Amino acid sequence: MSKKMHIKLNVNGKDEEFLAEPRELLIYTLRERLNITGPHIGCETSHCGACTVTINGKSVKSCTMFVAQADGAAVTTIEGLGDPDNLHPLQEAFKEHHGLQCGYCTPGMITRATKLLEENPNPTEEEIRFGMAGNICRCTGYQNIVKSIQAAASEMNAAKEAAE
Amino acid sequence: MIPAAFEYYRPKDMAGVLAVLEEHGDDARVMAGGHSLIPMMKLRMADVPHLIDLQDVGGMSDIEVGTDMIRLGALVTQADIIDHAELSNAAPILREAALQIADPQVRYMGTVGGNVANGDPGNDMPGLTQCLNAIFTVVGPNGERDIPARAFYEAAYVTAREDEEVLTHVAIPMPNGGYAYEKQKRKIGDYATAAAAVQIVKDGGICVSASIAMTNLSDTPVYSEAAGEALLGTSVDAAALDASVAAMLGDIEPTEDNRGPVAFKNHVAGVILRRAILTAWSRA
Amino acid sequence: MKDEITREERVDNLKGMGCSRKRVEDARFTQGKGNYVDDIKLDGMLFGDFVRSPYAHARIKSIDTAAALEVPGVLAVLTAADLEPLGLHWMPTLAGDKQMVLADGKVLFQGQEVAYVVAEDRYAAADGIELVEVEYEELPVIVNPFESLKSDVVLREDLVAEDGSIPDGAHGPRKHPNHIFTWDAGDKDPTEEVIANAEVVAEETMYYHRTHPCPLETCGCVASMDKVNGKLTLWGTFQAPHAIRTVVSLISGIEEHNIRVISPDIGGGFGNKVGAYPGYVCSVVASIVTGKPVKWIEDRMDNLMTTAFARDYHMTGKISATKEGKITGLHCHVTADHGGFDACADPTKFPAGFMNICTGSYDIPTAYLEVEGVYTNKAPGGVSYRCSFRVTEAVYFIERMIEVLAIELNMDAAELRRINFIKKEQFPYTAALGWEYDSGDYHTAWDKALKTVGYDGLRTEQAQRVEDFKAGKTRKLMGIGLSFFTEIVGAGPVKNCDILGLGMFDSCEIRIHPTGSAIARLGTISQGQGHATTFAQILASEIGLPADSITIEEGDTDTAPYGLGTYGSRSTPVAGAATAMAGRKIRAKAQMIAAYLLEVHDNDVEFDVDRFVVKGAPEKFKTMKEIAFAAYNQAIPGIEPGLEAVSYYDPPNMTYPFGAYVCVMDIDVDTGVTEIRRFYALDDCGTRINPMIIEGQVHGGLTEALAVALGQEIAYDDMGNVKTGTLMDFFLPTAWEVPNYETDFTVTPSPHHPIGAKGVGESPHVGGVPCFSNAVQDAFRPFGNRHTNMPHDHWRIWRTANELGLHD
Repeated sequence: MSKKMHIKLNVNGKDEEFLAEPRELLIYTLRERLNITGPHIGCETSHCGACTVTINGKSVKSCTMFVAQADGAAVTTIEGLGDPDNLHPLQEAFKEHHGLQCGYCTPGMITRATKLLEENPNPTEEEIRFGMAGNICRCTGYQNIVKSIQAAASEMNAAKEAAE
Repeated sequence: MIPAAFEYYRPKDMAGVLAVLEEHGDDARVMAGGHSLIPMMKLRMADVPHLIDLQDVGGMSDIEVGTDMIRLGALVTQADIIDHAELSNAAPILREAALQIADPQVRYMGTVGGNVANGDPGNDMPGLTQCLNAIFTVVGPNGERDIPARAFYEAAYVTAREDEEVLTHVAIPMPNGGYAYEKQKRKIGDYATAAAAVQIVKDGGICVSASIAMTNLSDTPVYSEAAGEALLGTSVDAAALDASVAAMLGDIEPTEDNRGPVAFKNHVAGVILRRAILTAWSRA
Repeated sequence: MKDEITREERVDNLKGMGCSRKRVEDARFTQGKGNYVDDIKLDGMLFGDFVRSPYAHARIKSIDTAAALEVPGVLAVLTAADLEPLGLHWMPTLAGDKQMVLADGKVLFQGQEVAYVVAEDRYAAADGIELVEVEYEELPVIVNPFESLKSDVVLREDLVAEDGSIPDGAHGPRKHPNHIFTWDAGDKDPTEEVIANAEVVAEETMYYHRTHPCPLETCGCVASMDKVNGKLTLWGTFQAPHAIRTVVSLISGIEEHNIRVISPDIGGGFGNKVGAYPGYVCSVVASIVTGKPVKWIEDRMDNLMTTAFARDYHMTGKISATKEGKITGLHCHVTADHGGFDACADPTKFPAGFMNICTGSYDIPTAYLEVEGVYTNKAPGGVSYRCSFRVTEAVYFIERMIEVLAIELNMDAAELRRINFIKKEQFPYTAALGWEYDSGDYHTAWDKALKTVGYDGLRTEQAQRVEDFKAGKTRKLMGIGLSFFTEIVGAGPVKNCDILGLGMFDSCEIRIHPTGSAIARLGTISQGQGHATTFAQILASEIGLPADSITIEEGDTDTAPYGLGTYGSRSTPVAGAATAMAGRKIRAKAQMIAAYLLEVHDNDVEFDVDRFVVKGAPEKFKTMKEIAFAAYNQAIPGIEPGLEAVSYYDPPNMTYPFGAYVCVMDIDVDTGVTEIRRFYALDDCGTRINPMIIEGQVHGGLTEALAVALGQEIAYDDMGNVKTGTLMDFFLPTAWEVPNYETDFTVTPSPHHPIGAKGVGESPHVGGVPCFSNAVQDAFRPFGNRHTNMPHDHWRIWRTANELGLHD
């Protein structure tokens, strides 16, 4: 065991402070220390994306980041995207278009998709497939995930237009 | 998969980094995005008692596009390269290659410095920087020195950088002419079965300059001077292509792995290079 | 009383069978509020993890745990010696063999569990593992089953008598120490005679490679022994929670009522989570020893290397036919590599699963199948990866044999299928290897598929492509993959099917609440199939209460009725039937209550969507909601209060879903890179409960089929090292590698199933693998290809092209 570090994080808008070994992986910090269990562990070698969260505006696989690296960062997980009375359009769209089955990849998938749509509000199918290629789903074959993201993009663009 | 315990350092400047390196020698490693190192640590294939995180060290995150040179800080990420319009305009091969590295999440974290300094034959940037004749700047206890990319790689994970040195910048002479980065892989997230970086200058229908480097086909990236020379003075016709591929095949030394046996890799290396040359030529 | 809404609206309001009801599971999953086993956190919970063997075959000379016990936070290190006094150092497998829980003197495969470290957190456990010193003496490694049967190296000394003789195994006589069983079906001599005298015979040898189900969530559990109350609670990734409870009771001696097994949300199963693994046993023991809850979660490498594998069948076939292409006989021999222990998840009487469905969709008069199971130094498993027991292997075999026969006959493979299909009027059809197919209409499905894809046009295009290739105009070939499959799912009749003596019925228990909502509990467990959505739809149609008012619960053995779980596409065929039958019991009682309330005879009311109406007077009715209230709150002579029912359903037969798939693929002969241009899938799963979910199942199953056909494998080197231990090398396709699929259907209801449903979750995998493979093989057929083994990854396709001289 190495000496513990004083870590500060902002997770889903809430400030957190704690002592942790630097080798603690961010995914465990979220899941076990902070009880934020939306992000999951799938492969542990940064291939599957089930652990995807947004850190300082970037989509990151939190199984491949030490908590020490994240010290001072702002982290958003699936839990920070919407609440039961006000779901994120992507959350709505995944429900509406059968974009999930076992649900295990879903938090990482949706969290990644928020960033994709932020960078590219009107993606083509090919752009969605390329932009989501860091997230593996074993159940859906991706077809309805693509559909869900397309639907959410339309919804978000319409809402933006209405607001302007 | 849990890594062994380590001491963590996040110095604010290079002096701080060098001090830790000096104190702990090869027990210390620097880390940028960590996407090569952390999986190795989790699998306990890399033992790093002292880990130095470079993220707070200033001056290594800039992309400078000058008239003759491009300068990339070691902490520039693949995503930064992809998003940088001026850079993409000046050296489109960088963007083309970066898009073929790993996946979106990894590209946010993966850095130029980590990719070139790690010495992993599977990484794409080493071959690419050799093609572009880049110069790496490393800094150590005795100050800075420059090492050409083409002289940097000695064996898998063995490079000309000393343990107490840190790679800080990559300088790339402004590329001109046509370009292509062609890569065959099994799926997104995989290393190359074979990849080729090609930069060609055409003048009056004749090739006047050609630079070729290959990835994951030896224990180091392979800059094939002979493959480039085979194109010089030609109109990049079938005979020139054959000669270039033959020259390249003389320079690579692939080994069998899950991607396939040696004969397959040699064959695919030839096909990929041929396609890269033709694409680069068409863009020249 | 006047009806305020139309009958059609009343039907819609139920959201019953046939509608694409949105999933009730999705609210929690999309908000990160699923509850998977690794999400469970209990006070004082400890973590267990394994020291695993780096060798595939070695004797263990010593294990030194002293240094590990010095690590702060490490509480215990269990070895076989610790488990032996409890009789738990070995455990029974589902296949009638036994398996070491922790290495007892030797190891038989790389990654085998050697010691179990229990610590206060994952980090201490991991550090402890590094410090357990195990001294191994390496033994010769056997990774090939054919060599194993000839070898002097005995893998399982425990299965050889002291005098050197070989006792019978669970499935009969054994002929060699490394031989597990020989199992056969059909008529040997007549089949051989037919083939010997046939006008045309095609022979082929094929290897269906070893792979792995690899759900995104690995296996794991939390065991919590409450010493005060003497109760053991075990949460885990169990596809069969009730069976796990019985097995835990049998091997631990804890009475079954003192064991509560809970399957929480499961992150995909695909067969991986059917078996019982050493991690479960060690966690239970560790919890009993420490008095604290113990969590064990395998990492991805552990998962790929140890818990479960699928396939690994070496198959040799002979198929005979007349010159006109009418098939006369089929012979199949399989050498099955079962690894170090026989832990196949098959019904007891079927050590090779339902491999004897290998006559496929064809009217084949004579057939014979022989399967030999063999031990090697590879991981145990042999699970049904998104298929019924060994059905993927069977369908692959016959769909390849058909293609090879078509080559032998110089005939179009689509036409060859057509002239050999079992005809609609032949159902129920008893196949030469024994199964009675309940229903089918193959010609209709096939014609629809071929017409939709424009089959003749595709063949014309392909012929042109071959011309162009030969003329040097292109380096890409075009393959047309065909597959017509018949699945056998829904195990199953208890007379045929049990696992460890547990009959494979399933169950549903319904409780209607006074205000007209309900809870139903089943013996199955969803792993993404959407049971909470679809079973409520079945019930809605059966009992006339809205699906939205029905809660479905599964997976808690303290509350759910006993059932054998979810795998082999058995949930809809068996538990779905139980649900309908229990619903009908509810309805029967409701009918009596309605008649009483309407003051008419029981026979004078009839069910209509959501109510009972007086025959001939539809304005006189009682809704199911009203009836539910009356059932609890009105004294009705001769009828006891309440409205509940339970059904344990033992199906009279399996169900036989079928389908017709076509794949169009382009192949770069120089790089071996494939591109799927089109994939058409027609599925007939009988009555369709939820079209949206069916379509989703088809997309997913096809994608897993694509993976297996085009690259996914568990590969070993000669030393028994696993070469594909992470997701870098073990192929799980991303969105980028996967095409869009076209789905279609016909409906041929199962005649014996209460609602005519047959199950669909596994069909696309079973039918998809040969379809993708046939597309690759078909592309090379014009150049002389007969058969090439999967997986068709880049280099193997390149090798095929190379061997056919296409690079010259």
